[in-house]
Amino acid sequence: MTLYDDDLRALGGGPGEEPPPPSAPARIAIRAEEDLLTARHAVRGAAVEAGFGLVDQTRVVTAASELARNTYVHGGGGALTVEHLHGPRRGLRLTFEDQGPGIADLDAALADGYTTGAGLGHGLGGARRLMDEFQVCSEPGRGTRVVVTRWTRA
Amino acid sequence: MTADEAAVRELVSSALRERGEVVADRWVQLQLEQAALGTGISEAELREEADTLVDALGAGLRDDVPVARVVTTHRELRQAVITLSLRRARAGATPTGTSLAVLALKEALLEAVRGYTSDTGELLSAALLINRLLDAAGALSFETYVEGREEIIQRQSRQLLELSTPVVRLWDKVLAVPLIGTLDTARTQVVMENLLEAIQENESRVAIIDITGVPTVDTAVAQHLLQTVNAVRLMGADCVISGIRPPIAQTIAQLGIDLSAILTRATLADALAESLRLTGQSGPRTEGAVLR
Repeated sequence: MTLYDDDLRALGGGPGEEPPPPSAPARIAIRAEEDLLTARHAVRGAAVEAGFGLVDQTRVVTAASELARNTYVHGGGGALTVEHLHGPRRGLRLTFEDQGPGIADLDAALADGYTTGAGLGHGLGGARRLMDEFQVCSEPGRGTRVVVTRWTRA
Repeated sequence: MTADEAAVRELVSSALRERGEVVADRWVQLQLEQAALGTGISEAELREEADTLVDALGAGLRDDVPVARVVTTHRELRQAVITLSLRRARAGATPTGTSLAVLALKEALLEAVRGYTSDTGELLSAALLINRLLDAAGALSFETYVEGREEIIQRQSRQLLELSTPVVRLWDKVLAVPLIGTLDTARTQVVMENLLEAIQENESRVAIIDITGVPTVDTAVAQHLLQTVNAVRLMGADCVISGIRPPIAQTIAQLGIDLSAILTRATLADALAESLRLTGQSGPRTEGAVLR
């Protein structure tokens, strides 16, 4: 030990600091276009770690890409939480949250071809088809929270 | 320089001269223990660094320069610190590991001085002197480390720009764009401009966009592809999209993106064959089986 270890540890990031275990939920801020890339990478890494096959990896990453873009474009930025599930079934859960204007008409938003922006209008409905479970809560003016889960095929 | 300070300086100096070997050994050992250095620096390299730096430190202390400025003014010493820090930056060591490496030298040096005197007053002065001497080294090391990383980042962004989006001529009247990475709005703009210009220049009839290197095709990427295809068609050329891997095909279908208006092929080879058919050309004759 050197005289300086303790000081550096107090500042954070010192050599004594334990890295978080790999399966702890990871939180990724979505504030800029570049963050979409970070989000995709994180989700791909988590999908590989969860043991998904190539097709499922692609599904999960694509759904994450759609939802993260929604968070950024429509929600004005927010965050993504990536969580490994180890219960009776193993899987990956992604939670997207923003404090944006919310979704006024949820049924319409989930329908294919509906868009309020310049997109194709398949994002939300497409993401629902790519994942096993899909929940969205949105309050106009309060923000949107989308929780999606994909289970591993054992 | 007061007489007292001169005496302490002489004390540290002789410790470095007579027990330099021990200091260097102990320093290498401390760094290996820390193990926060990350990868890429072998014990032999550490040893060589340590010998050079300890020698230079001894030489620097003999100069008639205030302690705090020894590291920055002594040429060899300065060079030794810079070399050490750059090596760590390039090996991908953490900033913490790099600072600790220099700071560990304080401990090694103080241990050596302890063998020369047991007078607490003198030891305290020596510790202060070592601190002042090596804090400058720590600052210089950190600065160099950051500069080194900065240089790597700049080099990488230049490399990225270079690798961005080449338009290649595959055949008479046939162009291809192999896309690698993400297709965002800015990138689409660059691809579209390059492609449309190349179509005009080469009087091309078919443009192949190969997406083998695009890891994720979501609705935004699909939309950008559709836009590009539309622009190519406005120029009077046809567009073929190739390199759609099975997982991507499944995902696109599930997303509900309709690409049926676009000519698509599984591989670049298929797309080239189709392009030759579209332009009424025949490929090179192959004997027997056709390579696919």
